[in-house]
Amino acid sequence: MLYFIIFIVIIVIIGFYFVGLYNSLIGLRNRVKNAWAQIDVQLKRRHDLIPNLIETVKGYMTYEKQLMENITKFRSQAMSSNTVGEKAQTEGLLSGALGQLKVAVENYPDLKANQNYLALQEELTSTENKISFARQAYNDQVLFFNNKIQMFPSNIVAGMFGFKLEEFFEIEDKTEKEVPKVSFN
Amino acid sequence: MMWELIQANRRKSMIIFIGMGMLLILIGYVFGSFYLPNNGGFIGVFIALIIWAVLSMISYFSGSKILLSVSAAKEINKEDHPQLYNVVEEMRIAANLPNMPKIYVIADPAPNAFATGIKPENSAITVTAGLLGTLNRDELQGVVAHEMSHIMNRDILLMTFAGIMLGAIVIMSEIFLRSLWFSDGSRYKSKSDSGQGQIIIMVVALVLAILAPIMAQLLYFAISRKREYLADASAARLSRYPEGLASALEKISSSTYDLKTANKVTAPMFIVNPLKKKGMQIANLTSTHPPITERIKILRTMSQGADFKSYQTAFNSVKGKQSSLIPKSGLNKTEVIPIIAPLTDKSPVENLADSKRQVGDLIMKMNDYRFIDCSCGLRIKIPPDYKGATITCPRCGKVHQLTA
Repeated sequence: MLYFIIFIVIIVIIGFYFVGLYNSLIGLRNRVKNAWAQIDVQLKRRHDLIPNLIETVKGYMTYEKQLMENITKFRSQAMSSNTVGEKAQTEGLLSGALGQLKVAVENYPDLKANQNYLALQEELTSTENKISFARQAYNDQVLFFNNKIQMFPSNIVAGMFGFKLEEFFEIEDKTEKEVPKVSFN
Repeated sequence: MMWELIQANRRKSMIIFIGMGMLLILIGYVFGSFYLPNNGGFIGVFIALIIWAVLSMISYFSGSKILLSVSAAKEINKEDHPQLYNVVEEMRIAANLPNMPKIYVIADPAPNAFATGIKPENSAITVTAGLLGTLNRDELQGVVAHEMSHIMNRDILLMTFAGIMLGAIVIMSEIFLRSLWFSDGSRYKSKSDSGQGQIIIMVVALVLAILAPIMAQLLYFAISRKREYLADASAARLSRYPEGLASALEKISSSTYDLKTANKVTAPMFIVNPLKKKGMQIANLTSTHPPITERIKILRTMSQGADFKSYQTAFNSVKGKQSSLIPKSGLNKTEVIPIIAPLTDKSPVENLADSKRQVGDLIMKMNDYRFIDCSCGLRIKIPPDYKGATITCPRCGKVHQLTA
């Protein structure tokens, strides 16, 4: 009888432990989702800013037709991509094109002095920064979560309830390096 | 990970809380039994706890409000200074905090900044107009990252706890010493028939009254200095650009202005001590901030990356000794955060006309000026006492309707 009670108690303790593990995994997965939502908000913000930017810029820029078409094209591609990997690629292309635009603007002094353009440019720069900071926070969170579901003992719970590894959000280094330095002083 | 740091900080808050609380109770007991040998000890403890409770209530419920109004800080919106708002939001995202801190500006030419708010949910970041005028975007980001780190690491909670205890101990000692000064001693003599025990209590009470405030203060300053280093480390990690904060600190320390609204109580809050001007080369026991030259040197020594490990390595090499600034649990991750390229160009002569103009606009807005952006690109600034219903753009001649 005594052994039976001890056995039951141990089972219950293990049960509670596993429930705790399960809950912490759920909590972590929610944090990953939340971090992803942060990136998504900023990506959407950038998509919303681009038409305004094109509108402001096109009156001044006469020789950059191709670049503007590219930006519009990459924007619609980025907006229609769904998976993390796809987004990383298309958003990377968009970042690159926007970087080229910043450089091109250097040749148009009137545009550079335009208040609307300056305000838009600050918004765009900040949105780029927010995307990369949100990306860092997201990847931190994913690393933590992935470690948890691969390591003992939480991997048992993860396996039982079908927790999957989350994808990192990596923008290819190449495009990131293409984003040039711009002076706002 | 950041979480280990936050947890370590919570543990420290508890230890300080308990330690200083015990010191406070001891003081209450000794002072009480000095006046009423029979059961005065408990009355003393009671008084000490009341003082502590009142101070806690005040600082918990209206601490940041008092601080902000003493500093003459005004809340601003995104439209008032988009760049500042954006920089704060960027750092909020990097710190993965749920709520956007409020932003306040002090109209003072001395460059400085501080953070308030016991919980991250109702925190605020305050900067001076001078800071906005002298720093470029990267440097501003460094300063905001430092302040955001204070919020993220729950430093404000820790420093408030420590400050309350310090305050209670100082008040108790003051009351005791003053009452000793004004009492003629006759009351004390009449009870001296209880003999030696009373003399011992008197000596202990005197020693405590003199030493306890000093000890508490030294402890407080030591914590304060350590928090500044830690916030620098977190700022480098958040902004991924240590040089931004380093050059901001350099500019702040080279300023010759004094922050008019700062005082001895609010001084530990600021990123750089607003009161002592002459550089403070040596970190003495009574300074609330580490020497600024050392902070700059550590940030500039971080060459491998922007993570905690690099800061710790740089800290050791600048200090010339092994000391664990960052808890082991915060270091064991093999994380490498690369330093990013600066946004602003490092030109030999910096042209800050743009940020100076933005600050001018900001101060005007804080003083109820109205702004109209004309389609020709000119921004028209209308003083609050302008009475006309329309205004003509001086550049393109377009007539704007003014809504009342």
